[in-house]
Amino acid sequence: MINNTDAVKLIDSKRTDSVIVPTMNANNVGFGLPSVTSNQDLDLPLSGAMGKASNLGLGIALAQPDRKVMVLDGDGSLLMNLGTMVTSANKAPTNFYHFLFNNKVYAVTGGQPIPGSDCQDWEGMAKAAGYAAVFSYDNLEDFTTGIDEALAATGPVFIHLSVEPQVENTPVQFRQRSPRTVKMAFDEVPAALGARSG
Amino acid sequence: MTTYDSVLHPPAIIAELKKNNITHVVWLPDSETNFMYQLLNDEDSLDLVPVCREGETMAIAAGLWVGGKKPVVLIQNTGIFESGDSIRGLGLDINQPLVMLIGYRGWTRRGPTPDSAARFIEPILHTWGINCYLIETDDDADRISIACEEAERTQKPVGVLVGTEFGV
Repeated sequence: MINNTDAVKLIDSKRTDSVIVPTMNANNVGFGLPSVTSNQDLDLPLSGAMGKASNLGLGIALAQPDRKVMVLDGDGSLLMNLGTMVTSANKAPTNFYHFLFNNKVYAVTGGQPIPGSDCQDWEGMAKAAGYAAVFSYDNLEDFTTGIDEALAATGPVFIHLSVEPQVENTPVQFRQRSPRTVKMAFDEVPAALGARSG
Repeated sequence: MTTYDSVLHPPAIIAELKKNNITHVVWLPDSETNFMYQLLNDEDSLDLVPVCREGETMAIAAGLWVGGKKPVVLIQNTGIFESGDSIRGLGLDINQPLVMLIGYRGWTRRGPTPDSAARFIEPILHTWGINCYLIETDDDADRISIACEEAERTQKPVGVLVGTEFGV
């Protein structure tokens, strides 16, 4: 399995001018994208509206077709909104890259298993939903070797990552919070995209 | 007696969307706006984004807005009930100036309605602090422009309840 921080670090290293929409563990302030990002101005984290990160990313991808959009999703999140896979594949934005961080648990709520965690076939679901290309990696070496091919593929692309669960057990009120709130990001990213003045 | 002249026709709505420079219609079909589908498909200036469940619409609209586009959402009132967390997190909390066209299932101006979808929608929108306008005839369609102006001015979602619709 792949360490969460190693995964986001590798993705970030390949981003160039991509917008990244991270959620849940991929957005953890201690070991997710915020801890390694090289271009915060183009990070649009989503911590509310669980399951909707890929919809948010789809909207950006449709609005900005010349720029890659990378969604860093969680398995528990995606299960809340499975129809999004069909919605995304149906619109078929060629610049849309949907990474699934599959750790088989609700890591931010204490590590409870997600339903069906031992029997899901995420690659099969992505193919059946109609993604143009599907990749899967369960170790960092293969992911490091393969990520260029995945990001060179024409979207919509689904990239399944088997990641180690990093369970959050700190009581909610004592957890480390990012100084950059979701609202701040929604104010800053459009300016960075030149979509409206900041 | 209701006549065809006193109901809402889809071209009146689409003309309003074009007038307000709307770029995308993020929607899930419903009976109240059924006849709009073909017209929307045929309208080059509007990109239709179909979804599988209504809660997706506000999130996709948020992304489009971040990317510089001007979307509206078109769903039934039952879909609003399903979309609560999206409206909260990706509408109200981020100050998205989103116009939501909402099929008013169960609406009747002629007396009590047995349909809870109609009874609950306005109180719920008001609880969220979301203002809404009712359109029932072509003469009402300009309330879409009022809603668009209000959404921009207040930087928050505004509802437009579609009380009736008839074919082209």
